[in-house]
Amino acid sequence: TMSSTADDNDDNGEDRAVLVQFVSETGEEAGPPLQALLGSTVADLKATLDAQLIVQSGDYDDQVIYKFFVDEAEVATSLAGAVDCGRVNERLLRIVYQPQALFRVRPVTRCTSSLPGHSEAVLSAAFSPDSRNLASGSGDAAVRFWDLSTETPLHECRGHKHWVLCIAWSPDGRRLASACKRGQICLWCPDTGKQIGRPLARHTQWVTSLAWRPLHLDSECRLLASASKDCTVILWDTIVGQVSRVISGHEQAVTQVRWGGTDLLYTGSRDRTVRVWRADDGALCRTLQQHAHWVNTLALSTDYAMRLGANEPGKPAPEIGAPRTELCERARRVYEAARRDQPERLVSGSDDFTLTLWTPETDKRPVARLTGHLQLVNDVRFSPDGRLLASASFDKSVRLWDGRTGKFLATLLGHVGRVYQVAWSADSRLLVSSSADSTLKLWDIGAAGGKNRLKPVNDLPGHADEVYAVDWSPDGQKVASGGKDRELKLWRN
Amino acid sequence: PQNEHIELHRKRHGRRFDHDEKQRKKEARQGRLRSKKARTLRGLKAKLYNKERHKEKVQMKKTLRAHDQRDTRQRADDQEVPEGAKPVYLLDREDQTRAKVLSNMLKQKRKEKAGKCDVPIPKVRATSEAEAFRALRSGKSKRKAWKRMVTKVTFVPDGFTRKPPKYERFIRPTGLRFKVAHVTHPELKATFQLPLLGVKKNPTSSLYTSLGIITKGTVIEVNVSDLGLVTQSGKVVWGKYAQVTNCPENDGCINAVLLV
Repeated sequence: TMSSTADDNDDNGEDRAVLVQFVSETGEEAGPPLQALLGSTVADLKATLDAQLIVQSGDYDDQVIYKFFVDEAEVATSLAGAVDCGRVNERLLRIVYQPQALFRVRPVTRCTSSLPGHSEAVLSAAFSPDSRNLASGSGDAAVRFWDLSTETPLHECRGHKHWVLCIAWSPDGRRLASACKRGQICLWCPDTGKQIGRPLARHTQWVTSLAWRPLHLDSECRLLASASKDCTVILWDTIVGQVSRVISGHEQAVTQVRWGGTDLLYTGSRDRTVRVWRADDGALCRTLQQHAHWVNTLALSTDYAMRLGANEPGKPAPEIGAPRTELCERARRVYEAARRDQPERLVSGSDDFTLTLWTPETDKRPVARLTGHLQLVNDVRFSPDGRLLASASFDKSVRLWDGRTGKFLATLLGHVGRVYQVAWSADSRLLVSSSADSTLKLWDIGAAGGKNRLKPVNDLPGHADEVYAVDWSPDGQKVASGGKDRELKLWRN
Repeated sequence: PQNEHIELHRKRHGRRFDHDEKQRKKEARQGRLRSKKARTLRGLKAKLYNKERHKEKVQMKKTLRAHDQRDTRQRADDQEVPEGAKPVYLLDREDQTRAKVLSNMLKQKRKEKAGKCDVPIPKVRATSEAEAFRALRSGKSKRKAWKRMVTKVTFVPDGFTRKPPKYERFIRPTGLRFKVAHVTHPELKATFQLPLLGVKKNPTSSLYTSLGIITKGTVIEVNVSDLGLVTQSGKVVWGKYAQVTNCPENDGCINAVLLV
């Protein structure tokens, strides 16, 4: 163990030694308590921690960057800054360490291209999981694919007869599903731009949300869940092109559906409940009741990992012809890493201005009720590492919450109109939000340092009208945004 | 039987040879004759006849239009994609245009200054004393008539004890005392049965409010802890105002609309 020569006679500040204990986020202790200087920096703490981890498990990862927290306060420069120096003598300081992502995503600053092409407002935009393709759905009933290397239109896919409301990439990135306001779902191939199979029609009203089965459960990406205003969720077998199962039970429109990593379906609805269903037989597991008004959005802590599929963050994408089993295995590794042996957490945002944090796999009662917004909550996203939660609301603010306990962290103020959507960068340090005031704003969460009112790092103006959709590519290079002015904009560093 | 001779004759001897032609020509004349009748009738008969004729004309128009539509083969598929595309989260939401928002804000400020409150039923007919109370006779020879019995629905608080009967002027019968109300949330369009907390204001007079009389238009306070509403700071809202929308003494239940 590394202990420093503590000079007990010298009582002013930095040279004092204190007893510290390193604790991981889940509460496990890294080793026995030891002494450290009050003036030790983050690098010193890391060295100490590495030494403890060598003793405990025989190896340590030199590359990992850590963030240290003492009693919820982040250690920004040195330990002295995070603790109250007068009261440390008797106590054992518990320092929580959080490994951070290795790669850093650079903040986006400029709009590299405005892509016209749609003749009506762009309603949704999404990057494929391997960041090779970009697709957008619009109010002119067309789905467009865009070439990212030249930043030009690639294919225009016509097949829908009404506004294309949602699009969703399959986790292997080989197909795109799009749903329209008439309740039809079409599947497209991104390379050729052609429709795969016939349109899937069964819903009687518009489709509100699409969710593919995660890759680690289903290596050929067969099942797709669609939620609709007609109060049902339909599971489609996309290879055969037929309905696999119809899940009905909600009393009003289903607004969101999410496919969990343990083959559970989570649906949020306007009847104020969130229901948990088993995907293999469609049985209702739990009804989560807490909200007082419509449930607008749902988010899972492992959402980002399941979206990525087999693409591990920061590592090169698998080759195009890789066998399915290998993809499945990689996806499983990504999922397990994101889950870190804890139950999945679900957050629901509602019109009653609150969010609720649940662990739907285990418990019917909520973990926490997150209040503070002054208007309805429109969009909720977990950060890719699952530690933070961002909620966008019509009260022109974005709020940050702790992803595990639901404790309020910070308000991001800066927008002058309703905030519609948020998107995290792949390293969980940056956040971009789109708003009805036609701007996007970039926020730096990694450098927040415990402040609870943050200002945007970058203002990304340029759109002529409200921005309806925003997405950050999983490799962290680009941000795509589309809105009412019918143009899709690509932003880069 | 006396009335079958025409039919019997027709069956035995058949009809006239020109029967069918006469029939056809008679029917052809009907149109002309009906319009002549419509033109020349006067008085009450004319009114009744014209009414019938109008109804028939409307029905005929409808069937003709239905036939037209079927003929032109207009199907939903061929309709154009409508304008004003909105993303999923904005569908079913009433979005006000920006100009309207500003004018609404101004109107709201003016109303607040004038002290008017936004209630669903602003004006209610006042219930007179004769309607709400019935005089009860008391005394040895039943001559005294200073007691009154309330004939409307009332609400009494939990710890309520009557005044000594000798001194009680207003009697609230237990049969007309209610503890719950059916409250509708105006945005959710769902109705809940919520316990009453009190009568806030009866529009007729403050006497009615203090007695707890509930009539149409009364503002009552209900316990909404079941609904799960939360304030900004996280505290659970447990009391809200609602306005009564029916006449509870006639219906036997209190229906109210929540004032959000």
